[in-house]
Amino acid sequence: MEDNVILRIGAKILIPFILLFALYVQFHGDYGPGGGFQAGVIFAAAFILYALIFGVDTAKRVLPLRFVWFCGALGVWIFAGVGVVTLVLGGEFLNYNVLRHDPEHGQELGILLVELGVFTTVFGVMVAIFYMFAARRQVR
Amino acid sequence: MTVHLPVLQVVIPLLAAPLCALVRHGRIAWGIALATSWASFWIAVQLLRRVQAEGPISYALGGWAAPIGIEYRIDLVNAFVLIIVTAIGAVVIPYALKSVEQEIDAAKIPLFYAAFILCLTGLLGITVTGDVFNVFVFLEVSSLSAYALIGLGQDRRALTAAYQYLILGSIGATFIVIGIGMMYVMTGTLNMMDLSVLLAELGPNRTIAVAFGFLTVGISLKLALFPLHSWLPNAYTYAPSAVTAFIASTATKVAVYMLLRFFFTVFGWAFSFDVMQLDLVLLPLALIAIFSMSLVAIFQTNVKRMLAYSSVAQIGYIILGISMASVTGLTAGILHLFNHAMIKGALFMVLGCVMYRVGSVEIEAMRGLAKKMPWTMAAFVAGGFSLIGLPFTVGFISKWYLILGALERDGWQWWLVVGLVLTTSLMAVVYIWRVVEAAYFQDAPDEVGEPIREAPLAMLIPTWTLILANFYFGIDATFTSEVAGSAARALMGIAP
Amino acid sequence: MNVLGLVNYWAFIFLMMVGFYILISQGNLIKKIVGLSVFQTSVFILYISMGKIRGGTAPILMEGDPVYSNPLPHVLILTAIVVGVATTALGLSLVVRIHEAYGTVEEDEIHDLDVAEAE
Repeated sequence: MEDNVILRIGAKILIPFILLFALYVQFHGDYGPGGGFQAGVIFAAAFILYALIFGVDTAKRVLPLRFVWFCGALGVWIFAGVGVVTLVLGGEFLNYNVLRHDPEHGQELGILLVELGVFTTVFGVMVAIFYMFAARRQVR
Repeated sequence: MTVHLPVLQVVIPLLAAPLCALVRHGRIAWGIALATSWASFWIAVQLLRRVQAEGPISYALGGWAAPIGIEYRIDLVNAFVLIIVTAIGAVVIPYALKSVEQEIDAAKIPLFYAAFILCLTGLLGITVTGDVFNVFVFLEVSSLSAYALIGLGQDRRALTAAYQYLILGSIGATFIVIGIGMMYVMTGTLNMMDLSVLLAELGPNRTIAVAFGFLTVGISLKLALFPLHSWLPNAYTYAPSAVTAFIASTATKVAVYMLLRFFFTVFGWAFSFDVMQLDLVLLPLALIAIFSMSLVAIFQTNVKRMLAYSSVAQIGYIILGISMASVTGLTAGILHLFNHAMIKGALFMVLGCVMYRVGSVEIEAMRGLAKKMPWTMAAFVAGGFSLIGLPFTVGFISKWYLILGALERDGWQWWLVVGLVLTTSLMAVVYIWRVVEAAYFQDAPDEVGEPIREAPLAMLIPTWTLILANFYFGIDATFTSEVAGSAARALMGIAP
Repeated sequence: MNVLGLVNYWAFIFLMMVGFYILISQGNLIKKIVGLSVFQTSVFILYISMGKIRGGTAPILMEGDPVYSNPLPHVLILTAIVVGVATTALGLSLVVRIHEAYGTVEEDEIHDLDVAEAE
């Protein structure tokens, strides 16, 4: 793909918008359709597009495998960590009411954090799956 | 914190699994897995004690009360299953250290433990939850990690075995979701307790009958009920030894628990057995499974495969007990759930020891092994006694209750059932004997390379722990039979 | 409730049978994964259809008291989609490794190789 100018330029223009759209889907989940899973997939799709056009090795310099791997695990920790914090604060597991001074703000903060966890994991896992499959061919 | 134990049962392994995936060294991952499995076992024991003292525990996730929120609900039945799963986990993980270091690439060992703990998470999740869709989610967590674990086996046939299991397991899971969806259409709820009330009000209905059919087939695939067992022999044979020991003694047991939960709690036994006449399906299948699979086991040359077929037969015993739809029969089924987990766990661990030293579990390769590995083979004989059902072993207790249950029923055909149970016990003698004969009474093949020694203590101690548990609960069965009896009465809706 | 009114459910049954048929009839491991995906996707349609109300909007906080579709089946199916993604990824990765180990992804050829190895 190195010498395909249209694809290279097209991807360069598209990728920032894809990333932005992912963040929109993530943070607009309160008011419209969206959420961590969709956003994570879109965010990962931007990097996968980058890797398809510019090669997996270039992509790995931007986003090392170790990092996406870490993201995959971190998201689960964010999710379960919010649950554990609510336990410590005296509520049930994932009872966001106790996170802030009043239940409404607590619920808002709680769902944002949990969706952030979902986003991180989904993004990490999606890119990791792509890297794994792509690296497989090079071995052979 | 004790009020939070139901959720901690699932969350602690859920937190440990990504941690295992991140560490680079296999032994650290093992340490995390060990701590997790023992903590889970401790929690399960606490939960059982609380359930015995105070009755069912309900825990509302997120503070949303049932039926709106997801409820974790623990009564005697799932408290007992939790004990089985966590106990096997707590014994298999110490054992896994050596076995896994030999059978799996060093680089993959942390991931192995991550998948192992995830599988444990899924199995525990299925057991604690009181929400039917949650059952599906945890079922897939446990199944997907199980496919990955089986695919790690050394032989390339492990890959095809894992693939086959993946296809059949996913069909099963999808059938279960379809069944759940149909129940949701009719009732608008996913909570098990709520469902049982609403389904009873609804009365017999075509959609519910179809949902029942989908659930029956889906769960039967997962628990490897004859003739849906075709994934099981290969999966057990080619999986790494520690994985076989764990999955053989927990995954199908949890599937049986799902069967009990859906048919007795959600649908109610009156609907399952009087309206749908489930016993007419389960009973013949169980009998065919017991007989044909015992017969097939006799002709196997690979001991792991032999025990895998024997597992299908043993699942037949559990289903036979359940299909009697009586308190004694159900008690026998639940007891055998526990007992078979211990028997097969122990036997597969023995085979793991053999694999570790000999590198093969073919009967040929085990000739004359009793002289070189006396403790390992003694454990096999002891476990074999239990599988056959000799007195003072847990196998005897299960068969005793099973026969009592059959004798309670009238009619000549139940005498045939009793006869079949006794005959198949003799068949178990035959296939266990084949191994014993090779190990004790045949000469060892000429050795190439370094001489075969006794298995390391790190593997023998967990193995013998399970073997001794086989005898302990076989001699003093008051604990298990009391819990299983009360669980059976609770499932049948009779006051304990 | 006429036949056309249930078109979603007809689609569900059709897709389910197509997926199931591919699973049973195909010997190619990748085609089997395709079949499995179709089979799982059919269930998504079942769930989404049951949440739908004619004229219903998305269940988002709005002025007044709008008619909205039941969001719960959507949430459930989002979970099922994630499960489907994971199953497909794992299935395909197994196929990749099977291809590396056997050099083929045809079921009967793999069977022949296994039989040949056993003898």
